[in-house]
Amino acid sequence: MAPEVFNFAQTPITCHAFSADHKQIAVSLNSNDVRIFTRQGATWTPTETLSEHDKLVTSIDWAPNSNRIVTASQDRNAYVWQQTPDPQTGKLIWKPTLVLLRINRAATFVRWSPKEDKFAVASGARTIAICSFDPENNWWVAKHLKKPIRSTVLSVEWHPNNVLLASGSADMKARVFSAYIKEVDDKPAPTVWGSKLPFNTLCGEYASPAGGWVHAVGFSPSGDALAFASHDSSISIVYPSSSTVYNIRISSLPFVTLTWTAEDNIVAAGHDCQPVVFSGSESGWQTVGSLDDSTSGKAATAQAGLGGNSPVGRLNSTAFSTFRNADSRGQSGSNPLNDTKLLTVHQNTITSVRPYESKGSRVVKVSTSGVDGNLVIWDVDNVTASGGLTGRMAGLRM
Amino acid sequence: MSNVLRPYLAAVRSTLTAALTLENFSSQVVERHNKPEVEVGKSKEVLLNPLTISRNENERVLIEPSVNSIRLSIKIKQADEIERILCHKFTRFMMQRAESFIVLRRKPVQGYDISFLITNTHSETMLKHKIVDFIIQFMEEVDREISEMKLSLNARARIVAESYLTAFNS
Repeated sequence: MAPEVFNFAQTPITCHAFSADHKQIAVSLNSNDVRIFTRQGATWTPTETLSEHDKLVTSIDWAPNSNRIVTASQDRNAYVWQQTPDPQTGKLIWKPTLVLLRINRAATFVRWSPKEDKFAVASGARTIAICSFDPENNWWVAKHLKKPIRSTVLSVEWHPNNVLLASGSADMKARVFSAYIKEVDDKPAPTVWGSKLPFNTLCGEYASPAGGWVHAVGFSPSGDALAFASHDSSISIVYPSSSTVYNIRISSLPFVTLTWTAEDNIVAAGHDCQPVVFSGSESGWQTVGSLDDSTSGKAATAQAGLGGNSPVGRLNSTAFSTFRNADSRGQSGSNPLNDTKLLTVHQNTITSVRPYESKGSRVVKVSTSGVDGNLVIWDVDNVTASGGLTGRMAGLRM
Repeated sequence: MSNVLRPYLAAVRSTLTAALTLENFSSQVVERHNKPEVEVGKSKEVLLNPLTISRNENERVLIEPSVNSIRLSIKIKQADEIERILCHKFTRFMMQRAESFIVLRRKPVQGYDISFLITNTHSETMLKHKIVDFIIQFMEEVDREISEMKLSLNARARIVAESYLTAFNS
């Protein structure tokens, strides 16, 4: 099945989060506002704007069970939004609750814990704020994970047991922390990451293979493995029980986001503009292919070229421009009139990939959003083995 | 494009494509600021290794990548005094109008003739491979431009000298 593509804007989609029923989506269109769109058939219509931040909203997460949205922004704040009836009209409106983050740099990433009683905010202040609700004062208070983070934290991810937290940061390390808060959590059962877990215990620290910033981290559904993608164009999978680390170097541009779809499957995406599937187990991992079907994409662009507005005129014929491009820019092969369009579905970096639909324990659909303003919903099983974008870029240019 | 130039430009093109993997990154040093890290240089961990692609001792390109910006500096071929003057005037003309070129930097990096600063905003609002194309096109055209200017300057000098000397010839 072909992926569903929705265009939200010409501006980048910084992040996106679906509501539990997938009828609504919260996105940040590279601005200070969070926009909520509601699905009507094949289109999304804007229904609400949450504006409280005064700098770029960097991350959004929508808690599926408690139906709360948490947003983080470069203005150093985070807000928890909850639907409450308006006292005058009785209409449901999104009301922000203050979060006392106590950070003095940008908040970069936010995620609800699986039980939705805590959330973690990554920040540029070299800290992760673990926030829990304080009912006495009706606000969210934070405890800080500080050591040994030495640079901006780029992403966080919760372990399914609601206590452990993985983080990836610009100091080239992926780490696993304990974010155990006495007032909120029950004593966690021992896991492969450790058995005694007071707050800020460092359960694991893994360096990226060639010293790249760790852009994305993810726990496997069981929580027994950790995957992280780093800027040195590699993806690493860590099994702490046997202390093995698998590094997969890829030949294309780095990934910035990843998600596990099953215990043996990862979807990663990034600057390569297409989601790539990896599969494996504790005995080894390999690349399976891309979700972006190159052949259908090529057919589509070819059609666009035929019906395109080819400027007919003196010295502007197709043959002439082909030879001119071959001569002056070293381009050959493709029609230069449509070389503004990449052969992938996403036309620019994919910034976020998230699970969309599950069947049993397997995620069957994932959603991606990118800098090109598109949101795409992919079928995870629809994998095409391909040489990656670099192979296709070669067809595009040199 | 001459075949000699092709591998050089191909190397610049692929390096630039790899370096243009930028993201929005807020400053770790100053609160609520968002600056090109390659220019600030205060956070060492978000800077990548600078890379020089050199065709010969007179022609080279320096690419300095970082997390949210890259700086690309070009040393243009200057064989003699005339080319040196022409190159200086030409780059100065461009850099005084830097905002119309969007990615052009107002001052070149020390040791280079012209510099470009590409930030994450540029790679978000413009097509990435078109930015690369622009730089490559600029690189090959600047050489041609300067040698053309040099030729027309020489031709003009010849005409001026001829018409001046005809006065003594009669």
